[in-house]
Amino acid sequence: MNNFEYVRPATISDAVAAATRTGAAYLASGTNLLDLMKGGIARPSRLVDIMHLPGLDRVERLPDGGLRIGTLVRNADLAHDPDFATYYPAIAEALLSGASAQLRNAATVGGNLLQRTRCGYFYDVASACNKRSPGSGCDARDGENRLHAVLGWSEACMATHPSDFCVPLVALDAIVEIEGRNGRREVALESLHRLPGDTPEQENVLEPGDLIVALRLPAEARAFAPHARYLKVRERTSYAFAVVSAAAALRIEQGRIKDVRLALGGVAAKPWRARAAEESLADAEPTADAFRRAAQVALADAKPSGDNLFKIELARRILIRTLTLAAAGTPDRIPALPASPFSSVSGALHVA
Amino acid sequence: MNFSIGLTVNGVRRDVELDDPRVTLLDLLRERLDLTGTKKGCDRGQCGACTVLVDGRRVNSCLALAVSHDGANVLTIEGVSRGDQLHPVQAAFIAHDGFQCGFCTPGQIMSAIGLIQEAQTGDDPERIREAMSGNLCRCGAYAGITEAVVEARQSLADSNQRRSA
Repeated sequence: MNNFEYVRPATISDAVAAATRTGAAYLASGTNLLDLMKGGIARPSRLVDIMHLPGLDRVERLPDGGLRIGTLVRNADLAHDPDFATYYPAIAEALLSGASAQLRNAATVGGNLLQRTRCGYFYDVASACNKRSPGSGCDARDGENRLHAVLGWSEACMATHPSDFCVPLVALDAIVEIEGRNGRREVALESLHRLPGDTPEQENVLEPGDLIVALRLPAEARAFAPHARYLKVRERTSYAFAVVSAAAALRIEQGRIKDVRLALGGVAAKPWRARAAEESLADAEPTADAFRRAAQVALADAKPSGDNLFKIELARRILIRTLTLAAAGTPDRIPALPASPFSSVSGALHVA
Repeated sequence: MNFSIGLTVNGVRRDVELDDPRVTLLDLLRERLDLTGTKKGCDRGQCGACTVLVDGRRVNSCLALAVSHDGANVLTIEGVSRGDQLHPVQAAFIAHDGFQCGFCTPGQIMSAIGLIQEAQTGDDPERIREAMSGNLCRCGAYAGITEAVVEARQSLADSNQRRSA
């Protein structure tokens, strides 16, 4: 790990000022950043510790029915908040399907949004990686790439965004509150992360010094609680990143879909909102045929970036399964294996 | 530049001068405070051998900067027994053969203590296995570990009930 200057600001504005300098990085819990620093992937010259800033660890119900989640709220605290799990069950399930209990106890909301890809070539400093070292090339192109992106990737980069949490969040129109040098602004989570294009090192729209201070869920998000699920295919039962994942949230009235939100994870450099697939379900009956059509639409633009053609069909099937389970109704309690398509309590067929 | 931090470790106040901000909580415990019960396995948050409780919550001490934990209350494996009387989780690990080589065991036990305090699993072995998945055991003692956690959880619940009765 490179040495760095450690700074502990007392206020948000001090933090923003301290982090504006080139080479500075914010430190929250550090579950991803310290790992990256130990591997030499991240080499910040200054760490601005925000963990002790007051007022950023609260969850507040807003007068308009929305919810505001402070950036320092720990993943486990949010997922186990009974109110939160009741009104936003797919988000709680996604949180509990990620990482381990120890990491969820430490990791923060803002840190989850800004975690880096787990592409093995990004993590291996001996490999060429346009994201880590712009212009150096991409060893994933001809490497082990069966888990890489199938949507929105470019010749420069085919890495995926690893977050589970972000998938139902982007489906439910979460908003990110950012404090920067020019004050407070808001960005839809869907617009926070960038696709790689020719500049995969620019992963999001944040400017130097920008600090995510909160995440907001609009009032409408609560209306999906009776029919909301997150499912995730992973290569071992627990403590693994998604091969592909999906969030589905439905509002069903008199046997018809009145509103629907869909997103995919593990398929692109950002949590992937599937708007065209949502439109295909508007006012439809929640049937297997309708879900199959929606899955076709959702993956219509997908193409393999390497040995990962299978992920496209897998994503279709996991989307169908998630829609099927969401239509059947949110379970009273999050299953023993959160987000598992093999969960013994789901009652779903294993072949969608 | 030096950083002065104060922590409570196993109930004892420790004031530490850090000459380097890179020191992790794990290295502070092992190298500076001579508490080597907490193990360094992967040092990257993947194996759980370094699990300790910070302010009552289980975390990976290898992914925590010591300098950021000024004022924290830390519990390690050295602090869980009462003299010669083992913590119920320790006793259950012995009773159920929850280990073989023992390297992962301090982390497993701290994780199990954290799990029981979190109170999310009940006695469902599936939920316990899922909640213990951040602790790897290369000897493969998982079956005994799960049984030990089930039993320890029950005995702690029983003794709490006796105390409140």
